[in-house]
Amino acid sequence: MAKYLLLKHYRRTGGPTNLPEADIPMDRWTEQEIADHVQFMQDFADQLRERGEYVDGQALSPEGTFVRYGGEGAPPVTDGPFAETKDLIAGWMIIDVDSQERAHEAAAELSAAPGQGGRPIHEWLEVRPLLADVPSTTAE
Amino acid sequence: MEEELRHLGPQALGVLVRRGAEFASAEDAVQDALIEALRRWPQGRPEDPRAWLVTVAWRKYVDAHRSQTARHRRELAQLEEPPPGPTEQADDTLHLLFLCCHPSLTPASAVALTLRAVGGLSTRQIAEAYLVPETTMAQRISRAKRTVAAEGLAGPGDLSRVLHVLYLVFNEGYSGEVDLAAEAIRLTRQLSTVSADPEVAGLLALMLLHHARRDSRFADGALVPLAAQDRQRWDSGLITEGIDILQQALARDRLGKFQIEAAIAALHADAPTARETDWPQIVSWYDELLALGDNPVVALNRAVAVGEADGPQAGLRALEPVPATVPRHTAAEAYLRERAGEAARAAELYVVAAHEASTVAERDHLTRQAARLRRSVEPT
Repeated sequence: MAKYLLLKHYRRTGGPTNLPEADIPMDRWTEQEIADHVQFMQDFADQLRERGEYVDGQALSPEGTFVRYGGEGAPPVTDGPFAETKDLIAGWMIIDVDSQERAHEAAAELSAAPGQGGRPIHEWLEVRPLLADVPSTTAE
Repeated sequence: MEEELRHLGPQALGVLVRRGAEFASAEDAVQDALIEALRRWPQGRPEDPRAWLVTVAWRKYVDAHRSQTARHRRELAQLEEPPPGPTEQADDTLHLLFLCCHPSLTPASAVALTLRAVGGLSTRQIAEAYLVPETTMAQRISRAKRTVAAEGLAGPGDLSRVLHVLYLVFNEGYSGEVDLAAEAIRLTRQLSTVSADPEVAGLLALMLLHHARRDSRFADGALVPLAAQDRQRWDSGLITEGIDILQQALARDRLGKFQIEAAIAALHADAPTARETDWPQIVSWYDELLALGDNPVVALNRAVAVGEADGPQAGLRALEPVPATVPRHTAAEAYLRERAGEAARAAELYVVAAHEASTVAERDHLTRQAARLRRSVEPT
C-alpha cells in the first residue's frame, strides 16, 4: 500500500501526444457541460471513497504569493508570481492504493473527465509518490 | 476490560462463522455484542465471559436474520450448545485467518480485515496506523467483508497468503497508538499454536529477531544501519527465543523463505560485533533463497553480502546482473564503491540514491553519506 499525490495542473496541451483540440477553456463550454464535468469529479471522489482509497483532496485558488524570511526583525518578504510558475496547480488529491499501476489507472480515469461535447478532456495529471517516514521493519 | 474484549471478540466471531453464520453479518453481530458487554459487564461480570459473548452475539445474529426463519430455527436450537473445546477454538482461529486473507482480496484489504476481525482492533485504530481517514478504512473493511461473504472459502485456506499478510502488518512497524509490529507478532504466535507448518515458525522467528533490534534502528530520529547499531541494546531474550523457534523449524527439514530470512537475521543477531558477522554463511543462505525462485531483490541483498564476504570488487561483480530498477540498487552500489576506495564516485551515487529513496529516513541517511564523502574528497 502506498500513497500518491495526483496534481491537477489544468494542463491539457504539450507533452508527447499533443491534443490541442482538448484545450478549450471551461468558459467556452455550455452550462450543462460544466455541470457534467463537476458531477464527474464528485463521482470520481465518491468511487475512491467507496473503494477505501481516498485520503484527501482540495482545490486551490489560482492566486498565491511567494513568501520568504526577511532577516532578523524584518517582516516577511513577498513576491511573485514568477514567470516560471505560470503552470498553475489547480488542485490535488491523495490516494492510498495497492500499486503504482492502480495510481496511474486512477489518474487516467480522472483525466477522462468530460469537457466540451462530453468528450474526455485528456488533461495531464502529475502522479507523485509520497515518501513514507521510515523503511519497512525488515529492510536493511 | 477493553483489552479482554479485544481478544474475546475475534473468538466469538470464529464460533459464529464455524456455526455457518455469514461473515459480514456475524461481524456486525459480534460488534453489537461487544457494545452490550461494555454496557453491562461493569454492573456484573459474567462467570464465563467468552460463552456470554458467543451467546449474545449469536442471538443478535439470529435476530437480524429472523425473516429467513426455516433455516434459522435450526440454528436457534444450537444456541444452547456447550462452549467449544480447545481444538475447536484452534480451528476457529485458523478458519477466520483464512477468510480474512481470502485470495480475492487485495493485500491492503486483507491486512485491514485481519486486524479488524482477528486482531480485534477498532477501525479508528487501524485507520490511524495506516494514516488514512477513518471513513476510508471503514469502507475498505466493509468492502472486504462483502467480498469474503460473497466468495466464501472454496477448499482449504491458503496458509502462504496468511503469512504474507502478517508479514506486511509487521513491516508497517509503528505509527499511531497501535504497535503493528507487536500486533503481527501476537497474531503469528497465535497462528503458531494452531499450525505446525515450519514456515509459520520461520515467520515468527524472523519477526522476533527483527523486533529485538527495533530500539537500536534509530538514534535521534535518524536511521542507524545494522553495522553501526549498538548491540548492547538488542533484546537478548527475543533473540534467544527467535533462534530456538528457528532451530526447531529447521530441524523439520522443510525449508521455506521465511525460515531462510530468519536464519539470515539470526546470523546477524548472533554476531557479537558487526566485524564478526559470518558473511560466507549469510551468502549461502541467500543462495538457498535464490534457489527457491529468481528474485532480483534477493539477488541485490546477496551482492551486498558477497561484498562483505569476498570484498567489494566481488560484490560489484555480483551486483552487475541485478537490474538497475530494483529498489536500493544505487544505494548498494554506492556502498560497495565506497568500500572499494572510489569515494568521489560513491558520493555521486549516494546523491542519486537519496533522490530515489522511498522513505524520508532513508533519504536523509543517504544524503548524510553523500555529505560525509564529499567532505572527505574535497577538503575545505
